[in-house]
Amino acid sequence: MHIKETAPERHVLTVTVDNEAGILARIAGMFTARGYNIESLTVADVTEDHAISRITIVTNGPPHVIEQIIAQLDRLVPVHKVADLTDIGPHVQRELALVKVAGVGEHRIEALRLAEVYRASVVDATTESFIFELTGAPDKIQSFIDLMRQVGLVEVGRTGVVAIVRGKEAS
Amino acid sequence: MAEKSGADILVDTLVEQGVEVIFGYPGGAVLPIYDAIFEHPKIRHILVRHEQAATHAAEGYARATGKPGVVLVTSGPGATNAVTGITDAFMDSIPMVVITGQVPTPLIGSDAFQEADTVGITRHCCKHNYLVKDPAKLGAVMHEAFFIATHGRPGPVVVDIPKDVQVAKGNPSAEPVSSHKSYRPKTSARMEEVDAALDLIAKADAPIFYTGGGIINSGPEASASLRRIAEMTGAPVTSTLMGLGAFPATSPQWMGMLGMHGTYEANMAMNRADLVICLGARFDDRVTGRLDAFSPGSTKIHVDIDRSSINKTVAVHLPIVADVGDFLAALCARWEERALERRNLSEWWARIKGWRATECLAYPEHDELIMPQRAIENLFKATRGRNPIITTEVGQHQMWAAQHFHFDDPNKWLTSGGLGTMGYGLPAAIGAQIAFPDALVIDIAGEASIQMNIQELATATQYRLPVKIFILNNEYMGMVRQWQELTYESRYSSSYSDALPDFVKLGEAYGWTGIRIEKPDELDAGIDAMINTDGPVIVDCRVAKLANCFPMIPSGAAHTEMLLQADEVSGKMDDEAKALV
Repeated sequence: MHIKETAPERHVLTVTVDNEAGILARIAGMFTARGYNIESLTVADVTEDHAISRITIVTNGPPHVIEQIIAQLDRLVPVHKVADLTDIGPHVQRELALVKVAGVGEHRIEALRLAEVYRASVVDATTESFIFELTGAPDKIQSFIDLMRQVGLVEVGRTGVVAIVRGKEAS
Repeated sequence: MAEKSGADILVDTLVEQGVEVIFGYPGGAVLPIYDAIFEHPKIRHILVRHEQAATHAAEGYARATGKPGVVLVTSGPGATNAVTGITDAFMDSIPMVVITGQVPTPLIGSDAFQEADTVGITRHCCKHNYLVKDPAKLGAVMHEAFFIATHGRPGPVVVDIPKDVQVAKGNPSAEPVSSHKSYRPKTSARMEEVDAALDLIAKADAPIFYTGGGIINSGPEASASLRRIAEMTGAPVTSTLMGLGAFPATSPQWMGMLGMHGTYEANMAMNRADLVICLGARFDDRVTGRLDAFSPGSTKIHVDIDRSSINKTVAVHLPIVADVGDFLAALCARWEERALERRNLSEWWARIKGWRATECLAYPEHDELIMPQRAIENLFKATRGRNPIITTEVGQHQMWAAQHFHFDDPNKWLTSGGLGTMGYGLPAAIGAQIAFPDALVIDIAGEASIQMNIQELATATQYRLPVKIFILNNEYMGMVRQWQELTYESRYSSSYSDALPDFVKLGEAYGWTGIRIEKPDELDAGIDAMINTDGPVIVDCRVAKLANCFPMIPSGAAHTEMLLQADEVSGKMDDEAKALV
């Protein structure tokens, strides 16, 4: 026999939670315990009193699995609210990347030129390397990294996606 | 207000919560709490012989009374031993508060003696957990723990308390809470949801109520409402293992349990129904069988207090998030307000009559050997007038009890359904007997399961609990052996119960009365002796060794593919079926 799989959909979820010890383990552990995927997960407290954190999770799965993920998140005691931005509609997704590139001569010039096209800024430089800082939608970051691979990519750090719904309403 | 020690604050909150009994086992990291309950006027501590038993006893207490069970154990091994019972309570939605000791806060993370990461270990097998680092917060956390354990879908909550927090002083000001800032389960159905359900019920030609443990959890009113709506609609009622007793087995509308070892009529009716009304059940794999063949032609209504239970495995047409008791009360009220007429279901009942004629629970009688089904039947008949509380272990005996013991009331049937924990029955019986000292409490057991918490014989002796254990002894882990016959050509890999103790002598060694029943003509006298003997009694009932539990839907099969008798057993299965549990 073989294990069957169904076609996944990518969803961006935001989860509002109490900013308490162990909350991240509770969320991430629920995903592993139930076999759900995490593409990226970001978290930071977002209220004036630091009591509430907002977690952005990019996950994928067939529609009924996405529905389950939301229901399972929603029943965790410290979770205040779960929103499926993919479902809600137009929203902005942003990610920050730090990209280190090393090289001399043509490669170095090409890296700088591409960085300008992508509006990446140089945050560190030596005679043989650059660190670029880049913000954007995940696919823009990915395509920049793919290009840098050809001109001397050394190391990449990415934050994972944060997202927010367009318009005046909160999600 | 004068400051108090963490241990005293904890005990105060237990009193404020109306806790009368806690089940536990002392150890280094809970000594301050044990000192605080020493000769306590309101809280009775029941000393078990193993922490797992404390959790099952608390479950039995909770299931029989409807009140949350409370457990107190020490750090490290105390907590890890409790994990099975915590998981069991989580799977079966049993309200429970588990207090675990922890090493002092400065030692946390240092691999100290009897240190375990209790909140880490229990995070995904309980409804919620806490590590309390400040005695001033302990009272509020405890009240919150009781709130969480008993509201929404009930479940176990773990409160881990470092020893220094038990000793340190803090302001005890905290009171029971009636709401929570983020945990706000929806408990009432909206009127349009109730009406939508009624519209479907009123026009269904082949409806069936499929009920579960949620009805028991919701309280006796939910069972009463179920009886009313069943009477008003005239529809058949089936139930999961966990829901037995919510609907009276004496009703002509009772179909018996459904699922893997359910009745033929219940499973056929589920398969052919045009409307399935699922109330407080969760489409467990033991109930549905092969999912793509589960009740294929029906419209499905699912009422559950836990949104995540809905559309988890089976997609439903009308999902309703609500307390099932609340929903049923509204359903009955609206039925009357709208003056709905009971539909003529005579054709549906005629079909059901046809399926019932199969007599799927019939079994071959034997002159020389006690058939296990016969033993349960006679036990049922002999105890009818006593309204007994029945607990079970896990395996064939459990399924036979579910099939052949019949219940007319909720909270009388305590069994480990979701997790399927062998060793549940004896401690659960102890917990139920503590709650109802005068009730007849019987653990229907197997000779293998009973050994998993056999040390609890001493607990019953210590507290003079007249618990009865009725062992169906077939010298096999019968359900394992049955599956080996079904799937692995009867290769009995490690399923023989070798080196069994003499249960009569073992019972006597613990101060119990021991009775052995070996022949069919000894059965009734043995059962009577068990019931009529004061104090705890262990019965070693030797039954036919190779009897199997039928009817049965094999793993991965549809409701219509029930095996009714042993001669239909194939002995071999393909890998797809082997991979299913």
